[in-house]
Amino acid sequence: MTHNEGMAQVTELHVNGTRRRVSASPERSLLSVLRDDLDLTGAKYGCGEGQCGACTVLLDGQAVRSCITHVSAAAGKRITTIEGLESAGALHPLQEAFLETGAMQCGYCTSGMILSGVSLLGQNASPTDAEIVHAMQGNICRCGTYPRIVAAVRLAALHQKTMRRAS
Amino acid sequence: MTSASTRRDFLAALGGGIVVLCVAGEPADAQESGRRSGGGDARPAEISAWLHIAEDGGVTVFTGKTEVGQNIRTSLTQAVAEELHAPVASIKMLMADTDLTPFDMGTFGSRTTPTMAPQLRKAAAAAREALMDLAASEWKVDRGTVQVADGKVIGNGHTAGFSELMHGRQFVQSIHGEPKLTPALEWKVAGHAIPKVDGREFVTGHHRYSTDVKRPGMLYGKVLRPVAFGAQLTSLDDSAATQIPGVTVAREGEFAAVAAPDAETAGRALAALKAEWKSEPQPSDRDLFAYLRANAEAGEDRDARGSVDRGMAEAGHKVAATYTIAYIAHIPLEPRAAVAEWNGGKLTVWTGTQRPFGVREELASAFQIPEERIRVIVPDTGSGYGGKHSGECAIEAARLAKAAGKPVKVVWTRQEEFTWSYFRPGGVIDISAGVRADGRISAWEFHNYNSGPSGMQVTYDIPNRRMVFHPSKSPLRQGSYRGLAATANHFARESHIDDLAHAVAMDPLEFRLKNLKDERQRAVLQAAAEKFGWGKRKNAGLSIGFEKGSYLAMCAEVAIEGGRPKILRVVQAFECGAVVNPDHLRNQVEGAIVMAIGGALFEQLRFADGKILNPMLSRYRVPRFGDVPVIETVLVDRKDLPSAGAGETPIVGLAPAVGNAIFAATGKHPRSMPMATEALS
Repeated sequence: MTHNEGMAQVTELHVNGTRRRVSASPERSLLSVLRDDLDLTGAKYGCGEGQCGACTVLLDGQAVRSCITHVSAAAGKRITTIEGLESAGALHPLQEAFLETGAMQCGYCTSGMILSGVSLLGQNASPTDAEIVHAMQGNICRCGTYPRIVAAVRLAALHQKTMRRAS
Repeated sequence: MTSASTRRDFLAALGGGIVVLCVAGEPADAQESGRRSGGGDARPAEISAWLHIAEDGGVTVFTGKTEVGQNIRTSLTQAVAEELHAPVASIKMLMADTDLTPFDMGTFGSRTTPTMAPQLRKAAAAAREALMDLAASEWKVDRGTVQVADGKVIGNGHTAGFSELMHGRQFVQSIHGEPKLTPALEWKVAGHAIPKVDGREFVTGHHRYSTDVKRPGMLYGKVLRPVAFGAQLTSLDDSAATQIPGVTVAREGEFAAVAAPDAETAGRALAALKAEWKSEPQPSDRDLFAYLRANAEAGEDRDARGSVDRGMAEAGHKVAATYTIAYIAHIPLEPRAAVAEWNGGKLTVWTGTQRPFGVREELASAFQIPEERIRVIVPDTGSGYGGKHSGECAIEAARLAKAAGKPVKVVWTRQEEFTWSYFRPGGVIDISAGVRADGRISAWEFHNYNSGPSGMQVTYDIPNRRMVFHPSKSPLRQGSYRGLAATANHFARESHIDDLAHAVAMDPLEFRLKNLKDERQRAVLQAAAEKFGWGKRKNAGLSIGFEKGSYLAMCAEVAIEGGRPKILRVVQAFECGAVVNPDHLRNQVEGAIVMAIGGALFEQLRFADGKILNPMLSRYRVPRFGDVPVIETVLVDRKDLPSAGAGETPIVGLAPAVGNAIFAATGKHPRSMPMATEALS
C-alpha cells in the first residue's frame, strides 16, 4: 500500500504557457513539483509555512505561496513562475524596474517579490505606497531593500501606464 | 612539491596572456587572511588573488571572496575596470571556488573593500602597464605615447585590442610593492553608481543558488536532529526507514540521516526513524541574564585611561544602569544548503558559505582526506549576515553522498536553520558614569558580559575610563553576526550618554558635541542633525558610532501607538572614507537600518531546556514592509581617505537612536533589546 492510495496523481500542469507532463502525488507542494520535477528553481524555499513569500508564483494571475499550495490545487490553472515573466525576450516592466531601482541585494527574495508585485499591479494598476506596503506585507527581504521594492512597483506602474497610453 | 614547481604548474595551466599575481603582504595581511593554504595545493600559497588577460582578450579576476548580497562582485569589478581602463562588462570575476581561486580566510569583518579591492586595483594597474610595454615594443614607439582607454591600447596612430598584443606568449608579473593607483578624486568607474553586474540573472530567476543546484542521479537528504541541544542518542531503530524503496540510511556515531530519490520520500524515511534521546535540563531565556553573570570570567581591561575613582569623585551627577540583549537569529532567506558529490575519491560540494576554504578544511577533517581532494564551490549566496561561516550542512550532504554512492542535496528547513545554526550572542551590560556640572563626562566604567567587545571603544573625550569584556558560558551556540556586539555596545553606551545629558539638563546633541573632539565623528553627527532638523522635531533621539573604520550618526523620530513604539523617520549620516559605489553603499546603509529594526524592537529567541521555542517565522517576527520608516541617508564621501567596508557598521546606530527617542517621548529609557516586548506607558 502506498501512502497516497486512492488519490489521483497530477499528470499535467500548465506552466508559463506550456503544458508540462508530471507525475506527482496530489498533496505534494506546488513548490516542490516546480523546483524538483520541472527544474523551475526561480521560486525559492524560505520558510515552508507561507510566511516569507520567497516561493510566490501566480495561479491565474493571483499570487499564491507555492510552499503551502498542494499541486492538485494548481492543476488546470495557468501557473506563472519568474521564468515565464519575460515575453519575446523582453523583461516585464517590474523586472526592469527592479534593475532600475537596484531593488535587491542577495536576490533570494526577488522572484517572489516580483510576482507579488505583478499580482498587485494586475488588480490595481496605480497603487499608492500604502497599498503597495499592504499588498507586499507577506514577503520578507532580510537584506532590507523594502523601500527600493516599493519604488520599483511604483515605477513599473508608471511605465505600464505610459505603455498603455502609447498603444 | 616545491613552491617554484607549484608556481610553474599553476602558470602552465592558466595558458597564454598576461597574468598578474597579487602576493600577500606580511605580516598585517597574513594575519587578516589567516592560515595560508600550501603543501600540495594546485596554486602557490603566497598568492592572494590574480588577474588574467587571456589570449582572446578576456579579463578574468580570481578571488576567494564570496558574494552574499553585499555586491562586492560589482564593487571589485569597478575597482579593476578603473585601473585597467577597460569596460565593466569586459571583466569577469571568478569567486569562491577552492579549485580555481586563491586561498582566502573568508568574507567577513568588512574586509573586502579595505584589503581585497586595493590588491585587485594594483593588479589591474600592473596589467595595464604590461599592455603598454607590449604595445610600445611591438609598435616601436615611445612608451610615453602609449595609453589604455576603454579596453583598447592606443599610441602614435596605432590601436589594438588586448588580444592583439599577446601572440601566444605568457607574461607573468607579481605585485609586491605599491604601483601608482588612481586617486579617488580622479575615479571614473569606481566611486560611481554602477548597477549590480549580474542583476538580470536575479530578476529572471536564472541565478542558481546552492539550493538550486541539481546533479545527475542526485538524491535528497534529511538529517535526524536531537530533541534538544547536547542530547545523546540512546537508541535508533532504522529498520522501517531502510525498507522504503530507494532509501539510504547513513549512520556514524550520533549522526543519522536519510537520502531518497525525492524530498517527499526522504521526509517519510526520516519520520520512520525511531530514535530515543537523553537530554539534560538547560537554562531558559528567562534565566539568561543571571546565568551569564554567574558564569562570567574576570575579563581584561581594554583601552583604560586615568582613574575612574578620581573621575567619579569629580562628578556632579552619577548614573548607573544595566542593559540586556536577547539572543537573535540571522535568518538568511536562503537556509543552509549543500550538494555533495564523490567522484573517484574526490569530493565536490556546492554550498552557500562565507568561508569556502574553512568549509574545505572542515570537510578534510571530517573525512580524513587531503584538502586538494576537496573542491568547495560557492554560488552567489542568498545572504549570510555573519551566519554562514561554518560547514555543517556540507558535511551532512557529503556523509550521505558517500553512503548512497550518489550526489545528495541537503537543504535545511527554516526550523533547522532557527535551531541548529548559531546565533548573535545575548548579553548583559553594566555602565556607571559620572558627569561634571559643566557637562563634561568625567568617568566611564563599562562591563559587557558575553555579548562581545566589538564597538566598546568610545570616541568621546573621557579622561577616566574602564571597559571590560567578560566572556561567559553561552547556553546557546553563538557566533558572528553583522556588526557583532557593536550593536549591543552602541545601544548601551548611547542610551547612557542621553541619561548623562539629561542629568545636567543639556540637549543630547549639544552634550555630545561638548564631549567630542574626533573631527570625523563630529562631522557625521552634525550632518545627521542638520538633515534631520534636530531641535525642531519632537519624540526624537540620536546616536553616534564608530566601528571597523567607519563613522556614523543617526537621528530617529518615533510615535507611541497603543503603548508600542513606531519608528516614523530616521536619518543616518555615514562615512567610510572614499565611497566606491554610492548607490550600493546607500543600499547597504538602508538595508542595515531595516535589519536593525528587528533586533531593536522585537526579535528574540525564546528557549528552554535545549530547545528553541519559536523556531519559525510565524512565531519570530522580522522586519516587514510595514515596519519601515522614512529612511534618509547622508553619505559623507571622504575622497582623501582609504575606503573602509560598509556592510556592517550602518547597523549599530538605529537601536540607541530609537531608544533615546522613546526616552524623549515617554521619559522612560528602554534598557533591553528588543525594546517593544512590553507596552510602554
